[in-house]
Amino acid sequence: MSQELSVITDEQVEILLADLLEHYGYDFTGYSKASIKRRILRLYSLDKQVSFAEFRYTINNDTTYFKRFVEQITVNVTEMFRDPGFFKTLRDVVLPKLGTYPFIRIWLAGCSTGEEAYSISIILKELNLLHKSLIYATDLNPVVLEKAAQGMFAMSQMKQYSENYILSGGAKDFSSYYTANYSLAKFSDDLKSRLIFSTHNLVSDHSFNEFQLILCRNVLIYFDRDLQHKVLNLFDESLEGLGYLALGSKETLDFSPLSKNYKRVPAEKIWRKVS
Amino acid sequence: MKDCEALIIGGSAGSLDVLLKVLPGLNPALGFPIIIVVHRKHGADSLLPELLSGRTSLIVKEIDEKEPILAGTIYVAPSDYHTLIEKDKSFSLDYSEKINYSRPAIDATFQTAAEVYRTKLVCLLLSGSNSDGVNGLISVKAWGGITAIQDPATAQVSYMPQQAALHAKIDYTLRIEDMTEFINLLS
Repeated sequence: MSQELSVITDEQVEILLADLLEHYGYDFTGYSKASIKRRILRLYSLDKQVSFAEFRYTINNDTTYFKRFVEQITVNVTEMFRDPGFFKTLRDVVLPKLGTYPFIRIWLAGCSTGEEAYSISIILKELNLLHKSLIYATDLNPVVLEKAAQGMFAMSQMKQYSENYILSGGAKDFSSYYTANYSLAKFSDDLKSRLIFSTHNLVSDHSFNEFQLILCRNVLIYFDRDLQHKVLNLFDESLEGLGYLALGSKETLDFSPLSKNYKRVPAEKIWRKVS
Repeated sequence: MKDCEALIIGGSAGSLDVLLKVLPGLNPALGFPIIIVVHRKHGADSLLPELLSGRTSLIVKEIDEKEPILAGTIYVAPSDYHTLIEKDKSFSLDYSEKINYSRPAIDATFQTAAEVYRTKLVCLLLSGSNSDGVNGLISVKAWGGITAIQDPATAQVSYMPQQAALHAKIDYTLRIEDMTEFINLLS
């Protein structure tokens, strides 16, 4: 992307975000501006848009393009067992604790294309807990959820994911979890059996259940502080006592007034609700 | 150049040695922040800030998301995220696609900073083996900022500063031994 001088100004970004809210009910106004502006500029140049007016008109009047717009301005990059140390702590500390419960409800918020959901399924299966777990994997974006529900990921990623899996404490042959289908690895259906993919917008939707574990990794970085507070409160309302909240490696609960009710699991960005 | 508000140093292969040589002589009362974006392997975490802080009395820290950018501090971009500069002069982090096979991408920080600091930004690109940072320097120039590169003849890997010299207008070409003084004179 050459971006010598911005072809879209900050004011124009504000106009597009106001349009989205008014026409489609999607509220991106609490998103960090630098990131969303970069995403919009990237799409503008990728789609060879020629004028802001035309770009705006298309977003507002062409629902297919609007879907593409939402998909492209949100970041959907993810991988399986990203930050293996985190998944090792889930496997060794968090999930065994939850395993003493009769039923485990997990919310994976901002699941994108589902790589983390399948990672958690694999660990639950290996701990023999999958049959009594339900994982609600949500995202604001229906397009990525369709992809997630298919459980097919690029074969070219499998070497990296297999390494991550082993580093996270996995002892099986990672390739036993998928069948190779040309350029895609199709993950087995039993991993999918306890996954529920559904849309949920952290900005505008409410709590929909109580969970013992909520994971939301690398989503809060895109929100400004006010929106972060709001979403952390939503998680707090949705988390049972002694439940766990897991954030991304550069995210923290420390600045939130809620932090006094939580105790951090050493070395990882995981907090347990203690009061 | 008198009223520098931020210096950003980008580098890749061969840039760590330069940083280790440049830091010890820096003015401990530096009037602006230094933001360091270097490519490094994800995983071997956070050793870089510690390594650098051994060479200077300035505060060296890894960037936290939403952290305000303060003068007299050396900020190190975390591995595996892009570091962006917000209008209100704070950092935000971004886990979008790699750019130039890199995350952090020097371009992402240079470009977002260019628009925020405009004529009060100085960006220095060091040794490296790809062309990350070059588009960023073009943006810095377009917004009126100052561009500088390590003299390719003194770089362990000359490709990155060479590419910059080829494609962007460069204001200063610096030998390693001249960088400390250059930085100290920015404020």
